[in-house]
Amino acid sequence: MPTRVFILLGTKKGAFTLESDEARRSWALRGPFCETWPMNHVIADPATATIYAGGGNEWFGPAVWKSADLGQTWTHSSDGLAYQAGEQAIKSVWSLGCRDGRVYAGVEPAGLFGSDDQGQSWTHVAGLRAHPTTPKWQPGGAGLILHSIVTHPRDPDQIWVGISAAGVFHTADGGQTWAPRNTGTRCDYLPEAERYPEFGQCVHCLVMAPNQPDLLYQQNHCGMYRSQDGGQNWQSIEAGLPSSFGFPAVPHPRDPSTLFLVPLNGDIAGRYVPDGKAAVWRTRDGGARWQAMRDGLPQENAFFGVLRQAMAADRLDPAGVYAGTNTGTLFASADEGERWTTIAQHLPPILSVETLVVDA
Amino acid sequence: MTRSPDHERVLVVLPTALMRLFPDSERELTVCAMSVRDLIDALEARWPGMRDRLCDSQPRVRRHINIFVEGERATLDTPLSPGAEVYVMTAISGG
Repeated sequence: MPTRVFILLGTKKGAFTLESDEARRSWALRGPFCETWPMNHVIADPATATIYAGGGNEWFGPAVWKSADLGQTWTHSSDGLAYQAGEQAIKSVWSLGCRDGRVYAGVEPAGLFGSDDQGQSWTHVAGLRAHPTTPKWQPGGAGLILHSIVTHPRDPDQIWVGISAAGVFHTADGGQTWAPRNTGTRCDYLPEAERYPEFGQCVHCLVMAPNQPDLLYQQNHCGMYRSQDGGQNWQSIEAGLPSSFGFPAVPHPRDPSTLFLVPLNGDIAGRYVPDGKAAVWRTRDGGARWQAMRDGLPQENAFFGVLRQAMAADRLDPAGVYAGTNTGTLFASADEGERWTTIAQHLPPILSVETLVVDA
Repeated sequence: MTRSPDHERVLVVLPTALMRLFPDSERELTVCAMSVRDLIDALEARWPGMRDRLCDSQPRVRRHINIFVEGERATLDTPLSPGAEVYVMTAISGG
């Protein structure tokens, strides 16, 4: 049985999958799944190939959907996915993560939940919202959302989360206590003397270099950053990029110095690719230099963006990179960003892109 | 579930969008319930998870779910008379 490569899409109108083989030349699209609920994040547990889809429906509320057969059949649950009675109700699930079978869900309003039974039931990781800064957390443009969940490759008690617009928080004790990790990231939307606060940053996407828990990258509303000490200090790596504004950041599956971005033209300038010309920007040296990858991407009249969870790489060699637009187009590169092809069009706005490789 | 005499039961009509989320659910059923809260409890007992789709964690009926009792929009506290007809409907929403 050959290797099966899946792209998992969360869109404004349900989840979709695309399937190909190792060559990644042609793709079969399936969906929409999950009763066309808005799906903010669709991931797979690589150990079991179980697919999880997190979202929320205007009528029926938040839930995590699950498929154990690569998308053919789905179930859903929100058992335990709630704050205490009387507190603000959860609007939607925004991000998912998994580590050693434990599944995490980040929600709006910002909070973190965990499941040890493959998404059947959920428990609040209450220490995060117990942080003394919580009452001062302010929503970003998409709401007060927990959108990035980064787990440690060796220590199950360490987790980093990204919250818009509260910033990055880290726990070293399994979620009981948390500390802000925002030193060096700026808030251009605050008065000049207050631009480097302890918390309140509008982090857009937080990722870890492969198997290197000290090396983190974040695309922020105000800049692109790298940390070499697990987020305790951040350095700007935006020099050479066309803009300090963008949403996704995608690490390479093996090379800690390679990262892919899609800078947009600015937060109040339309939030589309600069000059209407699409490019995925790549660094091979941890952000010292950036290269625009344009071959196969539209170079005129392109007025789309790529949202924070809507780009991903697969684990093949060379790595495939996939970028989904907020206008429903999915671009793919099978050679680490050198050449791009359009593999799906006319989809709903794409909210998330992830990959799954199933070996024979 | 203990069967109650028919005259103590209320008729519930569910929306098809909800039924798609619970493939073994039924469009019309009768349950023994003295209030909308009781009715939701009965639906949850029969189809676990249905409460979360109709109510938030406040708890209250979800903003874009309408539960009509005798033609009036109800809350969880709305009493139900024996023989009442209860319509669960999806309100105008979405995008």
